[in-house]
Amino acid sequence: MATVDLNRVRKSYGAVEAIKGIDIGVADGEFLVLLGPSGCGKSTLLRMVAGLESITGGEIAIGGRVVNGLEPKDRDIAMVFQNYALYPHMSVFDNMAYGLKIRGLPKAEIQARVAKAAEILELGRFLDRRPSQLSGGQRQRVAMGRAIVREPAAFLFDEPLSNLDAKLRTQMRVEIKRLQDRLGITSLYVTHDQVEAMTLADRILVMNHGVAEQVGTPLEVYQRPASLFVAGFIGSPPMNVLDARFDAAGQGVALPGGTAFLLPRPRPDMAGRPIKLGVRPEHLAVTSGDGPLIVTVDLVEALGADTVVYGRLPDGEGMVVRVAGLPFCREGETLRVGAPPDALHLFDAETGRRLAD
Amino acid sequence: MTRDRANPRSGGRLMDMVPHLILMLGVLIFAFPIYVTVIGSTWDAATIGRGNLPLTPGGEMLNNYASAWSESQGNRVMHTPVRIMMWNSLVMALVIALGKIAISIISAYAVAFFRFPLRMVFFWMIFITLMLPVEVRIIPTYEVVANLGLIDSYAGLTIPLIASATATLLFRQFFLTIPDELVEAAKIDGAGALRFFVDVVLPLSRTNIAALFVILFIYGWNQYLWPLLITNSAEMETVVIGITKMIGNGEAATDWNLIMATTVLAMLPPVAVVVLMQRWFVKGLVDSEK
Repeated sequence: MATVDLNRVRKSYGAVEAIKGIDIGVADGEFLVLLGPSGCGKSTLLRMVAGLESITGGEIAIGGRVVNGLEPKDRDIAMVFQNYALYPHMSVFDNMAYGLKIRGLPKAEIQARVAKAAEILELGRFLDRRPSQLSGGQRQRVAMGRAIVREPAAFLFDEPLSNLDAKLRTQMRVEIKRLQDRLGITSLYVTHDQVEAMTLADRILVMNHGVAEQVGTPLEVYQRPASLFVAGFIGSPPMNVLDARFDAAGQGVALPGGTAFLLPRPRPDMAGRPIKLGVRPEHLAVTSGDGPLIVTVDLVEALGADTVVYGRLPDGEGMVVRVAGLPFCREGETLRVGAPPDALHLFDAETGRRLAD
Repeated sequence: MTRDRANPRSGGRLMDMVPHLILMLGVLIFAFPIYVTVIGSTWDAATIGRGNLPLTPGGEMLNNYASAWSESQGNRVMHTPVRIMMWNSLVMALVIALGKIAISIISAYAVAFFRFPLRMVFFWMIFITLMLPVEVRIIPTYEVVANLGLIDSYAGLTIPLIASATATLLFRQFFLTIPDELVEAAKIDGAGALRFFVDVVLPLSRTNIAALFVILFIYGWNQYLWPLLITNSAEMETVVIGITKMIGNGEAATDWNLIMATTVLAMLPPVAVVVLMQRWFVKGLVDSEK
């Protein structure tokens, strides 16, 4: 039960800067997901919190105590690894009890804590087994049990579900969420899976190239992506992004082909400036004839609940439309598509940052 | 072979027999000298001396083994009793095997798990000694051991043979397969370097240690050149040396029956080690699951 504060945290490997100054305060009991593509530095950041990587610059504090110079064992954290990192020669019980034994807890206390964790995780029947005799999901639970028994100030998860198959992943995701709700322990969770991030997080920290692109609740990140990167990373299929230009009065934006959209709030200051216009596939609507966009259908994907249509605008730009229900069109057809004004996202053409609205 | 199995009627049986025949031939070639040795140890010296040893057991077995085991006076040549030589060999083989394992597992642990200056230099220094067989450095080593006054002692017999680049490399390779996350999990659990070694690395290395023990025990037991140089008194002789010394040098005839008996006895400890540890040995060589 503690806060985790990162204060301008940096990490360099020689001349390469992997983490370029991350600032974030994680509240007591909060579930923060670090989300980003591989190589964005999210795992490195988590390992710096754990004490497995040195900190080049800035400060990390856990429970108000700066831990920069502390060994992992003294940081009062527990970590769950992607490949579980269970001790192969120890029973499930010993795996969970090992850290407690080292810390010299009395036997009865160890017994009680492991029993409690085993009960929460439904591992009671497996305490005598070796990790090799368990399934992937069970191993993952043991790894979490090892974290729980320590009763740490913070949980650190490093892509804990990536080695599981899709079905088990969904199931374990729900379990992790329940567990964290129940225990209320501050958690940092690294993943590249946006569904995990959206479902688990109280807040998401979207990272790219060692920089925090955006910090916000899952819906904030979805509804108001702070940059083109976030817009493209969150949401599936990703947001359509088109080159556009403000009209002379700043009342609307126009595509190169002449198609114009009226903006909910005019931006006279931006009149005539180029812009990136984003609109999510699920916010596009197929209209009966007056939609501003003309899309030639290339490919139709029927997902059952949804249909995803891949098509092209007259100038060749790709366009993805996602509509609820069964397929309604075929390849080669043209559709008229429109978008409500408040579904439009405007990004600066140069910096890729979201325009204030 | 798959083709034969797909069509068993076209001489498949015969094709299956060929490898068996080859294997049987190999076993015969391997086993026959041993058989002759065992048979020889059951006849008297005169029968063997005539040069036409029967291929069926004789009646002198108990006498031969008893006199080889405990007497220092054969019929024709003086020799050290086998029980003393076997004891010496056993001590030498055990100390070398256990010493090699102890030293090399610790140095491999250092090279594999720690980041220290000149780490790779040390690793390569160990590696390069692989290219130096004992015989190359035997004169300087002898000089050192002699100056230390270790001639005719167990220390002199074993210590120079204990350093082992091979075992260090094998352990290092195995340690490199231990996932980093395991090391990190142990760090978070609060296990220091020594604790991690004792609680995690040693138990995981059990099968490797067993396999190496078998190999190194036999290596130590079969040492010839070094004990030959370092032992002068009969009390320090190892059994491999003893056998060659029992062969007469022209002035006296050779007690072949006793030599055969001694040879059979000398084979038993390595065989016992292999048989007893076979399960572990195979596991250590093939097991990838730790």
